[in-house]
Amino acid sequence: MAEVLVYVDHVDGAVRKPTLELLTLARRVGEPVAVALGNGAGDTAATLAEHGAVKVLTHEAAEYADYLVVPKVDALQAAVEAVSPAAVLVPSSAEGKEIAARLALRIGSGIITDAVDLEAGDEGPVATQSAFAASYTTKSRVSKGTPVITVKPNSAAVEAAPAAGAVEALAVTFSDQATGTKVTGRTPRESTGRPELTEAAIVVSGGRGVNGADNFSIIEALADSLGAAVGASRAAVDAGWYPHTNQVGQTGKSVSPQLYIANGISGAIQHRAGMQTSKTIVAVNKDPEAPIFDLVDYGVVGDLFDVVPQLTDEVKTRKG
Amino acid sequence: MSLRIVVTVKYVPDATGDRHFADDLTVDRDDVDGLLSELDEYAVEQALQIAEDADDAEVTVLTVGPEDAKDALRKALSMGADKAIHVEDDDLHGTDAIGTSLVLAKAVEKAGYDLVISGMASTDGTMGVVPALLAERLGVPQVTLLSEVSVEDGTVKGRRDGDAASEQLEASLPAVVSVTDQSGEARYPSFKGIMAAKKKPVESWDLGDLDVDAEEIGLEGAWTKVDSATERPARTAGTIVKDEGEGGKQLAEFLASQKFI
Repeated sequence: MAEVLVYVDHVDGAVRKPTLELLTLARRVGEPVAVALGNGAGDTAATLAEHGAVKVLTHEAAEYADYLVVPKVDALQAAVEAVSPAAVLVPSSAEGKEIAARLALRIGSGIITDAVDLEAGDEGPVATQSAFAASYTTKSRVSKGTPVITVKPNSAAVEAAPAAGAVEALAVTFSDQATGTKVTGRTPRESTGRPELTEAAIVVSGGRGVNGADNFSIIEALADSLGAAVGASRAAVDAGWYPHTNQVGQTGKSVSPQLYIANGISGAIQHRAGMQTSKTIVAVNKDPEAPIFDLVDYGVVGDLFDVVPQLTDEVKTRKG
Repeated sequence: MSLRIVVTVKYVPDATGDRHFADDLTVDRDDVDGLLSELDEYAVEQALQIAEDADDAEVTVLTVGPEDAKDALRKALSMGADKAIHVEDDDLHGTDAIGTSLVLAKAVEKAGYDLVISGMASTDGTMGVVPALLAERLGVPQVTLLSEVSVEDGTVKGRRDGDAASEQLEASLPAVVSVTDQSGEARYPSFKGIMAAKKKPVESWDLGDLDVDAEEIGLEGAWTKVDSATERPARTAGTIVKDEGEGGKQLAEFLASQKFI
C-alpha cells in the first residue's frame, strides 16, 4: 500500500488534535507516515502510533523555531524525496497552508487547501471543499505530481488505530532560503483553559448584541458550562470587546463544530462564511428578522441578557 | 535610492453578492459585480504608509485579471498608489494559485521591486498561499500575515499573530510581505485622489511580455482539477420560539434532546 505523508502540528511534543484527524483521513488513501519537526519531535511518536502512523520521521533543529516556514518546507521536501508518497497531508493552519504551498511548487505538484473531507479516487485522493462562504461544496483533485492537500480541523473523527510508529531520523539539509526570515521574538498566547476555537466540539459566540467587553462574561459562562470555546463576530472584535484570535468569519477563524451557539449576532455574510458548516446551529437574538435565523436548527427571539444566563443555569443543573 | 513597492491586488466578485460557479467550474464573473478584494485594501494602505515614511518611494499596484480588473487598479490609484500594471490575456482564464504566482513573479521582476506587499488572502478563492508562492518563486524572504509592519534601512520588521504565539519577524529587502485585516483601517479615496487617479499611468502587459507560455497557465495548465461544484442545500427551517420568560429553559431542552447536555 502506498505511503501518505502527514505533517505533524505539535507543541514541544504534544500533538494537536487536527493532526490526529489527518491520520484518520490518511488511512483512507494509504499508510500514514508522520513527519515531526523541531523541539520535542521524538515525543510525538507514541500518540501518532496509536492513531495509525506506521512510521514517524523526526528531525530536531533550532532552525524550525528561529526562522519562518522555509526550514519546515526543506524538511518536508526531504521526506517526500525519501518516501515517494502517494499524497502529502498538512493541517490547514495559516502556517500549514504556507508550508504546503511552497512544498507543492518545489516538487511540481498541485495543491488543494482547506479540504473538509478526503476519499480515495481512481485518479488519486478526492478533496471536498466549501466555497463562497460555504454556499457551495466542490470536489477537486490534484492533476499533476504528488497531491498536496491541507485539511481543516474537525473534518474527521480521531480514531484509535494502533500501528508500529517506528521512529526514523530524517536527514535534512537546509536551503539558502531557510534563514531568510528571522523570528526575533515570540510571545506565547495566554491559555484561557478553554478548547481551541477551531478544534472545539461546541462554540459559543457573541456579537454586537453583547454590547460591551464586560458583558462577554455571560458568553464565557455559558461556554464554560458546556466545555465550549468562545467566539466573537467581527463587530464585537472591531469594537474591542474580544480578541481578534477569537473572531469567527471570513477574516477570522472558520469553525465547523458539532454545535454553534450565536448570541446577539445578526448573521452577516462575513460571519456566515466562518460558521455555516457547523452541524447544529442555535441562535439567540432580539431581532426576529436577523438573517442568522435562516440558518438555525433552533432559535430564540429574545434578549440575550435574559436567555443566556437562564440557559447557563439550566445546563449546570442538568449536568448536576 | 528609491524604495520600489509593488502591491499585488485581486479583482473579485462582491462577497455580499450572490456568487456562483460558471459552467466550466471557474468563478462566474459575469453575474455579480466585481471590486478590489477588501483584504487587498489593507495591503495598499500599508504600502502607502511605508512609502510616506520613506525618503523616496514609488508604489506600483499590480493585478492579473480580465478587462474589468482595471476597476481594482483604479481604486488603488485613487487611494494614492503612483502607477499600475494590468496583466491581461485571454489564456489566463482558469489559472490556479500556482499559475497565478508564476505570472505575478514574472511581472514583479519585470517591474523591478524592493518590497512586494499582498493581502492575507483573496475574498473569493480564500487560499491565502499566493504570497508564500511568490516568495518561493522570487527566492526572497516571506514575511507574511503581519498585523504590524515597518521598513527601515533595508530591513522589514513585523508582528505575526498566530494561534499559539505572537512572533516578531525580521528580514532584509527585497522581500514579500502580506498583511492582515488587523494591520490598520484602509483609507477612503478622497475626491482629489479620485481625480488624480484618472491621470496616473496604467500599463497593460500580456503573457508574451512576461515570457510565460500558455501551457503553464489557464484551466488546462492548472495542476488541480475541480470535478464538481454543488450548491449547498438551504438548511431546513428550524424551530423559532419567542422568549416569554422560559426561552433559556426551552433552549436547554432542545440541546438535551440533541444529546449536547
